[in-house]
Amino acid sequence: MVGGRRSAVILKNQEPGTRNQEPRTKYQSTMHKMRKSIFLSLLSVALIFGCQPRHGGLAGGGAAPDAASRVYVAPGELDEFYAFFSGGFSGQLSVYGLPSGRLLKIIPVFSVDGEKGYGFNEETKPLLETSFGFIPWDDAHHPQLSHTNGIPDGRWVFINGNNTPRVARIDLTTFETVEIIEIPNSGGNHSSPYATENTEYVVAGTRFSVPFPQQDVPISSYKETFKGALSFISVDPKTGHMELAFQVLLPAFNYDLARAGKGKSHGWSFFTSYNVEQAHTLLEVNASQYDKDFIAAVNWKKAEEYVKAGKAKEMPASYFHNIYDDNSHMATSKEMKTVKVLIPSECPDMVYFLPTPKSPHGVDVDPTGEYIVGAGKLSADMSVHSFSKIIKAIENEAFETHIDGIPVLKYEEIVAGIVSSGGLGPLHTEFDDNGYAYTTFFISSEIVKWKVGTWEVVDRAPCYYSVGHLMIPGGDSKKPFGKYMVAMNKITKDRYLPTGPELNHSAQLYDISGTKIQLLLDFPTVGEPHYAQAIPAHLVAPNSKKYFNLEDNVHPHVTKKESDTRVVREGNLVRVYMTTIRSHFAPDNIEGIRVGDKVYFHVTNLEQDWDVPHGFAVMGARNAELLIMPGQTETLLWEPDRPGMFPFYCTDFCSALHQEMQGYVRVSPKGADTPLKWWVGNHE
Amino acid sequence: MKALLIQSAMVFSIVTVLSGCSQSPEKRQTADKAASTIQTDPNDPMSNKGIGPVKEVVLGEPDHAMAADGEKIFKQLCSACHKPEEKFIGPAPKGIMTRRSPEWIMNMIINPEEMVKYDPVAKQLLIDYNLAPMANQNVTEEQARKILEYFRTLE
Repeated sequence: MVGGRRSAVILKNQEPGTRNQEPRTKYQSTMHKMRKSIFLSLLSVALIFGCQPRHGGLAGGGAAPDAASRVYVAPGELDEFYAFFSGGFSGQLSVYGLPSGRLLKIIPVFSVDGEKGYGFNEETKPLLETSFGFIPWDDAHHPQLSHTNGIPDGRWVFINGNNTPRVARIDLTTFETVEIIEIPNSGGNHSSPYATENTEYVVAGTRFSVPFPQQDVPISSYKETFKGALSFISVDPKTGHMELAFQVLLPAFNYDLARAGKGKSHGWSFFTSYNVEQAHTLLEVNASQYDKDFIAAVNWKKAEEYVKAGKAKEMPASYFHNIYDDNSHMATSKEMKTVKVLIPSECPDMVYFLPTPKSPHGVDVDPTGEYIVGAGKLSADMSVHSFSKIIKAIENEAFETHIDGIPVLKYEEIVAGIVSSGGLGPLHTEFDDNGYAYTTFFISSEIVKWKVGTWEVVDRAPCYYSVGHLMIPGGDSKKPFGKYMVAMNKITKDRYLPTGPELNHSAQLYDISGTKIQLLLDFPTVGEPHYAQAIPAHLVAPNSKKYFNLEDNVHPHVTKKESDTRVVREGNLVRVYMTTIRSHFAPDNIEGIRVGDKVYFHVTNLEQDWDVPHGFAVMGARNAELLIMPGQTETLLWEPDRPGMFPFYCTDFCSALHQEMQGYVRVSPKGADTPLKWWVGNHE
Repeated sequence: MKALLIQSAMVFSIVTVLSGCSQSPEKRQTADKAASTIQTDPNDPMSNKGIGPVKEVVLGEPDHAMAADGEKIFKQLCSACHKPEEKFIGPAPKGIMTRRSPEWIMNMIINPEEMVKYDPVAKQLLIDYNLAPMANQNVTEEQARKILEYFRTLE
């Protein structure tokens, strides 16, 4: 693109170097305008002569001049960061490489996935069990990397399911979902999972308040019968296993987002709320009446003490806790029957309300733990609270009032500063490694960079279009890694070739290593990437598992060698103990199956090498395929409904003889006396 | 043929060095080894020691305990493709001690990907067996030595 190149040269001359510059001066501002007009005219040249798509770019590109070289990861080279993007209403978690924006993997979490047999094979079905039964879908929102000392440690990613409230844990050695816990007394698990400094807890605050306990009441009794539960899920530091430690019962507001304190505010968690009006209809109007809502500040160390002292009420509940085991390659489900509940009026000094304008969405804590940023989405300005001031206000009892026994602190006593950005609709803030904060503005479709402590706005960058969350690697931690920033946009429109009415949401990568925010790359994402987190690749890649040791496989239906393959009938239940290796199944010929049988194919992949999964698909199966990793056992249930010969085959190209990796099952009519036989080759 | 092989080995190592920055050190080491272990007469199956970590095997008196261990490992990791006494997906190990050098056998077990790429005998076997790949089952050198001892009982 000739025009693009030329503009690169000119822009470079205007702005020598991009790193560590002072905030924009008046001179630079003028140059910025000039640059804009030069850029626009060059862009039109580019549009006429260049290789830009003819239909594209109402908005122009907006990319930094030498963007291509800064995101180019050459063939064979690897990305610098893993980025974990929520799949939103796809229910999954996508893994991207940064800066390339290459999609590395989609990890199925809350939704079934035919590609991997997730939720279709017998082993993973229990992961999706809930008190409502098996649920094949959810709306995933916020990935959260596990932290040690307030820094991402590369062990696990947690993510919340919003619709049927749940929290999942993904293991970063296997990149697989290994645990899902359901949250009772919750309706819309949105302010979740947001980990504490050492992942002592991940949280789950309810967006929709519901009667506590759930019951059939008039909706108009909202103020009396509804409650908002904030759940604290403890995480075992060794195994990662989650446990619903306790719930804090708050007034029926909408608890929207959360963050844990860190450093000096370690021991606290903060939850935004909207609808303190407690409306239950037409919230669009009725929940926007007051000029301030609250951030709920929960002293969870205090809460722990109350639980220890027996102050929690053991309440009946029903929720499922599902764990996947990497040695048995199976998940198990357990229904839990009680939950510990703390009532703030009975537990003083545990919860405080921080008044915050107006319907705040994000609540983000700066790397030092001192500043708590409430992004009042219906307000032009953002209020930043000071943790030290909060503590002082509590000591001085500077309370405006009490709600359900919870002190409401005086706004003037806790606010540290106001960020007046001129933007509209602030949503979320993350931090870099140089003392700057970056806030997204949905309505004005931009990200604003400001200085923590002085609240001075130093730069702003447009987003295409309508940005929601943003992400800086480690941007929620005590030591942000910085360098890049990703905007996750709600509207895509003309950024990609049109694909009919539905468009993948767009993400945009920016370089934030210099004074100016520079747009580098657009890339599409799966579902709706509400939020993402990223971590340097070297903290994860060395631990990535290559295959499962066959020796460690304790699946109850494992077949560890081909000579043990067999078919066993127990009434109309038939178990096929099958193995795979490049490139045959054993057995690959089976006779004596009858219509009405329930046939379980327990397939063990005998391979012991990286990247040699085998697939298994059988004609007429009403579920999906199996995709079996080396050393793993997976099970497909097949219920043949008609007599005939049914081929099965390997779905994942495994070798030059992959097309030969196939077999037949003979199905005879119900009651037929075809003898049960199986073989591979001549070894009947 | 000899010259050609050495030449291609050199080209290979140059390519390896040039592209080395993107490879793991471990991988690079094996590749270098591959280049340096090309035998003087790779086409003579009994003197060809193959490509891989095994340079010299001294066979003593047959060790029955070791052979029993080897049989167990063979059954677990190899028997899906190799039947002891007859051709299956791959060749039968029976009589292999008279067809190949002990070093070649162990290198084939431990390092099948490079063997079928660069060793002329292994390459020909891949073709003879319809391109069915010899799976890398991540067998350790110690395990391979036990399997070799088991093969000695299959004369």
